[in-house]
Amino acid sequence: MPRRTPFHEYHRDAGARLIDFGGWEMPVQYQGILAEHTACREAIGCFDVSHMGEVRFRGPQAQAAVNHLVTNDVSKIALDQAMYTAMCNERGGIVDDLIVYKIGEEDLLICVNAANREKDYAWMKANNPFGAEITNESDQWAQLAIQGRHAIELGEGLLGRSLADVKNYWFTRGSFAGVEGCIVARTGYTGEDGFEVFLPAGAADIIWTAIHERGARFGLADIGLGARDTLRLEMKYCLYGNDISDDTTPLEAGLAWVTKLDKGDFIGREPLLAQKAAGVPRRLVGLEVQDRIARQHSAVLYEGQVVGEVTSGTRSPTLQKNVAIAYVPAGLSKVGTRFEVDIRGKSASAEVVKTPFYTRNY
Amino acid sequence: MAYPSDRKYSTDHEWVRVSGNVATVGISHHAQDALGEIVHVELPAVGKTFKKGDSAAEVESVKAVSDVYAPVGGTVTEVNGALDGSEGTVNSDPHEAGWLFKLALTNAAEVEALLDSVAYGEHAGNDF
Repeated sequence: MPRRTPFHEYHRDAGARLIDFGGWEMPVQYQGILAEHTACREAIGCFDVSHMGEVRFRGPQAQAAVNHLVTNDVSKIALDQAMYTAMCNERGGIVDDLIVYKIGEEDLLICVNAANREKDYAWMKANNPFGAEITNESDQWAQLAIQGRHAIELGEGLLGRSLADVKNYWFTRGSFAGVEGCIVARTGYTGEDGFEVFLPAGAADIIWTAIHERGARFGLADIGLGARDTLRLEMKYCLYGNDISDDTTPLEAGLAWVTKLDKGDFIGREPLLAQKAAGVPRRLVGLEVQDRIARQHSAVLYEGQVVGEVTSGTRSPTLQKNVAIAYVPAGLSKVGTRFEVDIRGKSASAEVVKTPFYTRNY
Repeated sequence: MAYPSDRKYSTDHEWVRVSGNVATVGISHHAQDALGEIVHVELPAVGKTFKKGDSAAEVESVKAVSDVYAPVGGTVTEVNGALDGSEGTVNSDPHEAGWLFKLALTNAAEVEALLDSVAYGEHAGNDF
């Protein structure tokens, strides 16, 4: 029996095409991936991301416990600030990528990927030398992402106060659409302006209805996992399981900016220091591919030799170009480097380009 | 709506309409619907010869790529160049303007072995 979010009936009633995603029955598309992608880029999109997990760290050692687990330095964030980070295993491979929300001095909420909920919680519990109180709150929370140029205006109407004043990667807590106990964060996975709201799972109906009633005037569209993937790919945002995994390090994945090797000890620090000292062997780059669409696992060739692999690829609906993310040798990762990509036995030329592929114009 | 009865269908969801010795090939409504919005079509070179069951073309949606198998053997005489830049035609009109390629038949008897529209409708689900 697949797991379902509290919004399942809305997806079904909207005629969404439902698929299994990591054990969850989720909408992959409603009206169509291209139309949904465009709606998010040009107006506003609503994504059910309730399948993502939430783990809470509490107690005097909460911050130390999280800092021991993750690569970024959570001592640097203030109350009501969020931080993107990787969480590594003892080999420096990525267990998951996460966002940490500082709810209180002794209270941190961590949002984890749906497919990694149980893995992450077990890993956190098993690596808790500081004795923080760790609770899996995943079933208590529902989550919607509201993304697009009109998202902030929509959110402010339901929040009853300014959301524009909440800076990128900060959040505000309180009443949203009349529901107490919500967290409204200026975060997202699309490259558009917007917010994500964590809400008590029991209030799902109230908030869904309020967002859709108010969203109609802005052309709000429901967005499935299909367009969520094309939107994030245009930004070269990593997708766990595609671009990052237990066998890739944050230094390889372009996540050095969230890897603070000088912050003190954390799991994976030693191998990451060693990798940095020896030279990071491969890097995740953005490719523009001619004529054909590269897909995950397509081989990347340089002068006839296989040197890398595509981890994600699609036709970019916004740019009308074929884009891909791939691991290539660090020495061949400069913008302008040309490769061939083997796409089901046929060769297509590709070039490293600047990323993100897409930049919003407002 | 029922599948057009002027042609035959493969269990892999291609259709074949024969005129003289030339078979026009496309994918069925069911196939395009399952794939989603098509953004790229890879067509064979004119003159290329396929055996029945060979991969002859590819249709790609945003999410996935799918082989189009030659439902009958033959040599490519023409491809649908109008799809270049208008790949969505395969979604909007899969049975007519969204055709993919034409084959000069190697063995006309192969056509007879394919499904008729009623049998294909039962195979793919008749409602659309």
